[in-house]
Amino acid sequence: MKICAMQELLEARVLCCEENLGKHVYSACGCDLMSDVLAYVKDQAVLLTGLVNPQVIRTAVMMDMVCVVFVRSKVPTEEMLELARESGIVIMATDKRLYEACGLLYSSGLVGNKTK
Amino acid sequence: MSESLRFTFDVDGGDFTSAGHASVQVKKNLRQLGLSPEVIRRVSIAMYEGEINMVIHAGGGHAEVLVHEDCVEIILDDKGPGIADIEQAMQEGFSTAPDQIRSLGFGAGMGLPNMKRYTDSMEIFSTVGVGTKIVMKVNY
Repeated sequence: MKICAMQELLEARVLCCEENLGKHVYSACGCDLMSDVLAYVKDQAVLLTGLVNPQVIRTAVMMDMVCVVFVRSKVPTEEMLELARESGIVIMATDKRLYEACGLLYSSGLVGNKTK
Repeated sequence: MSESLRFTFDVDGGDFTSAGHASVQVKKNLRQLGLSPEVIRRVSIAMYEGEINMVIHAGGGHAEVLVHEDCVEIILDDKGPGIADIEQAMQEGFSTAPDQIRSLGFGAGMGLPNMKRYTDSMEIFSTVGVGTKIVMKVNY
């Protein structure tokens, strides 16, 4: 799924790296616990989270993620957006809750990483 | 044999929100050296978890990354309280981190297990009241 398709499904606002909206996302992770996110490598993934602090962006950088979506109208700080820009990570914000946002993406074909 | 390339960092223990600076820098440095994305990802995740641990538990410390001919070696050294029971600390879900850290997305007892998961070897040397040294290797 392309990031721009996710943006449409989630009715999300793009906060940085709009130039990368055409990139593909192959898996997703909905989580507020960064160590759980770090436990399993995902290929070109998107992270959906309600947690707002710079460690969210650093986690995404470490995992080579291409997009982070903040749910429940959470707004990242300018410092976080700057970190994301350095790595070209698209940051979006949606009013939807985590469960609904994940459900919308899943039912549209973006399945998560299968547990091994 | 040529000498290994070495990057060193002081990890500031004062501010949790800035933890991870060294790992982001290591990731950039390794990318410039042209290592494979897989190796870079494994090294940076293991180091990131280690860096977070040093900030949460030890008030910071020292990190060293050595790029050898056959592997990348990460050495993390702190003068924190030490780990009383290493076997217990290696169990997923075991944590002594304060609740405040959990609200920031860490402290769930996944740090050390994640470091082991992403590296080919990991050794922990720890003395209670003295500090902890962790040596990890990621092979090419």
